[in-house]
Amino acid sequence: MTEEKKKTIIPIGPYHPLQEEPEFFKLYVEGERVVGLDIELGYNHRGIEKLAESKTYDQVIFLLERICGICSTSHPIAAVNAVEDLAGIKVPERALYIRSIIGELERIHSHLLWLGLAGHFLGYNTVWMWAWKYREPVLDICEFLTGNRNHYAMMKVGGVQRDIDNSDIPQVYKMLDDLIPALDLFKGVAIDDPVIHARTKGVGILTREDVLQYGAVGPTARASGVDIDVRRDDPQNTAYHLVDWQVITSPGGDVFAKLVVRVLEMYESVKIIKQCLEKLKVVKGEIDAKVKEIPPGEGIGHYEAPRGETFHYVRSDGTNRPVRYKVRAPSYMNVASNQKAVLGETVSDAAIILAAVDPCYCCTERVAVVDKDTNKKILNSKDLIRMSQEKTEKLRKEM
Amino acid sequence: MKIIQKLEEKFDKKIIKYDKKSERRSYLDINPADLTDFAQYIFRDMGARFVIASGVDTPKGIEILYHFSFDSSGLVLSLRILLDRNSPEVESLTPIFKAAEWIEREINELLGVNFRNHPNLRHLLLPDDWPKGNYPLRRK
Repeated sequence: MTEEKKKTIIPIGPYHPLQEEPEFFKLYVEGERVVGLDIELGYNHRGIEKLAESKTYDQVIFLLERICGICSTSHPIAAVNAVEDLAGIKVPERALYIRSIIGELERIHSHLLWLGLAGHFLGYNTVWMWAWKYREPVLDICEFLTGNRNHYAMMKVGGVQRDIDNSDIPQVYKMLDDLIPALDLFKGVAIDDPVIHARTKGVGILTREDVLQYGAVGPTARASGVDIDVRRDDPQNTAYHLVDWQVITSPGGDVFAKLVVRVLEMYESVKIIKQCLEKLKVVKGEIDAKVKEIPPGEGIGHYEAPRGETFHYVRSDGTNRPVRYKVRAPSYMNVASNQKAVLGETVSDAAIILAAVDPCYCCTERVAVVDKDTNKKILNSKDLIRMSQEKTEKLRKEM
Repeated sequence: MKIIQKLEEKFDKKIIKYDKKSERRSYLDINPADLTDFAQYIFRDMGARFVIASGVDTPKGIEILYHFSFDSSGLVLSLRILLDRNSPEVESLTPIFKAAEWIEREINELLGVNFRNHPNLRHLLLPDDWPKGNYPLRRK
């Protein structure tokens, strides 16, 4: 047999309606070891960039909000930043705090969602249930403040669409305080559990050099010791430079480091929201700069979404519609780095490694292992998750 | 800003136009032939992060902006090149950083730009049987 024929291909994906970005992973395996990864995109390419050219600036924000269900406020924040950069708009201070509050609430619920999925892949279904249970109160806060659990429709060029009523602040404070014991619980489960250590430490390592090569961003980069965070580096028209918080990094580069970064980031998010709420009590005034016209020119806006930097470029010819709108979501860079992270690992670890960058991993539902020569299906998605869960079970018994 | 000064010293006359839009946004117009030198210097020697490239079809030709981020100062530097609309072609940056691989494939299929020495210039988003010569982001 030739070298090529010894490899077996495991296709993962592409379709699942829950997925943020449908992807198709082709895992090349030799026995248990992964020797290559091919990634295909574009199964759900909706042509949003082209569509944005036919919308007015007010409509574009709503369109971009629908790029992703989980980062549904990160794209609008980047978008309004881009247009404000283009036109040189100064945003009222009160609006900055409101932007950051919504952005951080989104980060908490997104990280909890990831934590739940990671728990499920590792065979900790209790973590899954509990993480999603405690995600609900966060969505309740979102609904309380914006009227929606998701797709908050809060952002607007020059400010925000609706104000936060100061009489609501104590209630939000209380809901956030109730969240802290849950976060402590997850911190304990994730950081002290020996089985989770065994499953995630030293697994799927992405080195600092890999991160720079692939341009990876967000928790994926910070878990490899690359200290970048748009919120601190270039806050633009948000409130992150006005409050006290820290960028969380971890040097490991493995799945465990990504887990730690995400869990600790949720504490920082709570800290940011509380400070912003305090500021709202004293900062009064407008929430909208009342922008009338967008001049010709170009602008760049970026924002730290839960998964990393989302980057928007906009060009205007002076009409009420952009002539070009470019969007780069964080997963565009992070998913590509899987090509490196998964090499040399076992098939049973593949599920958690591919999930570690948080690409909305529902695609595993459709996984199938195909023998290259006979084209016969060997394993399906359930098998792959089952293999991962069995490995945890085995480790648990050994300990 | 120090970063731009350093580039001006290094490349001097190769910068066609320098546009400082704001404190943290700068645009450099350069010749497509100099792109590799610039990108290599900015990425390897200055330690900037490659963010993404934006392709724009304009009446003058096809423009590509390569966005780099200097995260420690928050500066986003964009290198701008203009390509001939009839045969847009430029050197690929993928050999320098992997991060350019997907976006070059995307610009290739959506705007019809050929990237020389790209290791794998297949379709990224469009289906494989998409009609040849039909580029969705080109203006008619």
